[in-house]
Amino acid sequence: MEAGAGAEARGRPEISLRAARPRYGEKVIKGLLVLAAFISVLTTTGIVLSLVEETIVFLGDVPIGDFLFGTDWSPLINPPSFGVLPLVSGTFVVGLIAMLVATPLGLGAAIYLSEYARPGVRKTIKPILELLAGVPTIVFGYFALTFFTPEVLQALFGNSIQIFNGLAAGVIVGFLVIPTVASISEDAMSAVPQSLREGAFGLGGSKLQVTMRVVFPAALSGIVASLVLAMSRAVGETMVVLIAGGLQPQWGLNVGESMQTMTAFIAATGKGDIATGSTAYKTVFAVGMALFLITLVLNMFSIRVVRKYRQVYE
Amino acid sequence: MSAHGETVAAPRGEAVGRPAASRRVKDAAFRLGMLVCLGLAILLLGVLLWDVAVDGADRLSLDFITSFASINADQAGIQAALTGTLWLMAVCAAFIIPVGVATAIYLEEYADNTKWYNRLVEVNIQNLAAVPSIVYGILGLAFLVRGPLSLGPVILAGGLTLGLLVLPVVIIAGREAIRAVPPSIREGSMALGATQWQTIWRQVLPAAVPGIATGVILSLSRAIGETAPLIVVGAATFVAFNPEGLDSNFTAMPIQIFDWISRPSNDVNDYRPLAAAGILLLMILLLAMNSVAIWLRNRFEQKW
Repeated sequence: MEAGAGAEARGRPEISLRAARPRYGEKVIKGLLVLAAFISVLTTTGIVLSLVEETIVFLGDVPIGDFLFGTDWSPLINPPSFGVLPLVSGTFVVGLIAMLVATPLGLGAAIYLSEYARPGVRKTIKPILELLAGVPTIVFGYFALTFFTPEVLQALFGNSIQIFNGLAAGVIVGFLVIPTVASISEDAMSAVPQSLREGAFGLGGSKLQVTMRVVFPAALSGIVASLVLAMSRAVGETMVVLIAGGLQPQWGLNVGESMQTMTAFIAATGKGDIATGSTAYKTVFAVGMALFLITLVLNMFSIRVVRKYRQVYE
Repeated sequence: MSAHGETVAAPRGEAVGRPAASRRVKDAAFRLGMLVCLGLAILLLGVLLWDVAVDGADRLSLDFITSFASINADQAGIQAALTGTLWLMAVCAAFIIPVGVATAIYLEEYADNTKWYNRLVEVNIQNLAAVPSIVYGILGLAFLVRGPLSLGPVILAGGLTLGLLVLPVVIIAGREAIRAVPPSIREGSMALGATQWQTIWRQVLPAAVPGIATGVILSLSRAIGETAPLIVVGAATFVAFNPEGLDSNFTAMPIQIFDWISRPSNDVNDYRPLAAAGILLLMILLLAMNSVAIWLRNRFEQKW
């Protein structure tokens, strides 16, 4: 077939690079591929549609001011109260504790792997960190509830720590997102060209100075992106906070007590058997909408940071 | 590179007349601090595995794998959850392999990067990869279990929800594998008169298969460890039968483990060891899948 097309082209004075006969098969295949790519767009549309639709119904029952600024979340008891702030504050307190753990540990691990570890060590350690990332979150939840709270936290702080508490959830979620911080930051630091380090050493910098004043700033966009992405993961994490964080929303900062997050509320309430159109059903979508928007902002911010501030080296 | 840096740095510092000793101490302390950070992360992984192993090792037996759910902790097993997980994995694979690979091919081989709609697809996939898994559960509940498709809380709905969740991972891995095939292969094929699709199907894809397969296995192992979306989709917690088809109600290993964790335990019925044994079995399954993925990557990796 191709040979035929070539011979025809040779016969004519003007050489056309187009196939003599249009290949409909090729077009059909391309169409199918576009269709597949469209599924991912459809997924986003589906998520947004399902959330928006029920959220609008929900906001028809509950004034938006009461939802966004109310400090009492008890939607399923009588009389119900729909202030989402306790869930939001719980989510962010757990997220912040997680980042307090993940930022130093993740960045420390990244700096060690990128700047200090020998290639052999790096080759063995990186898969172990990836293994940590591959452990299902329910395992971390089990660990937080049956080991970390009773054996570590209650041993250290005694009775001020209840069996379900925000602190254990936060710390364990922090460990959960260490691989996110470590692996993206390590990639960013490894991508800093060797010539920058050599230049700094040539000017008399010590290893510490070169690492902290040259490599770290040069990789900052990747590092910030890794931290924002880790925060987004911490906010969206469900199983650890559901198992270890408790089911009682709290408008306060007592991390020793139960602290329900947005994800935990959704999982605890939306158990699949709730009646369509019921109050519980609608609250799941409204809280889901708020959660989706928060993580969307964090994700877009992280993508932006990488795009805008990425140093391009030749 | 690090060894090189240190040998240059130390004499320089002394030559300038800085207090070399304090500087060296500072450097060493910093290095130690970074090592401690790394060590803590790995230590936690170790303690976690040890804790689960201690709690669950006694309970993990053939009886545990072949028994169904029971309110008597002594007789309960994980069979329905194990078969449920295998069914979910099959549905998920049947969905993500064609769709994920097709999307990756389109984005790498056909899409014109300057067009806004192609960039939209790309940013969209990046974003989807970071959407919390429980939001996919809400999507599954609203669109698959109820609403337009109204499948009910069945295997098909659960598998597709997990498929949508890990689809971005498959696409990203697939794109990397396809991009790693050098352009010269494509040009050679085209120069011999092959069409674009013939080039992709007979040259690019076979070369990219190991990378794609690795991505698919890793995605599946992420999918079967997910709990939150299945809770929302409505996986059952007490199931005493194996699923018989796509329209069968189901439970899955993480769901069963979650159920055991959240049951109040007492002296007669202690569900904790059951949960730990379930976790061990799940981790063994994941480890096996990951080993296959690593083996594939090492065995068939092509250096061009």
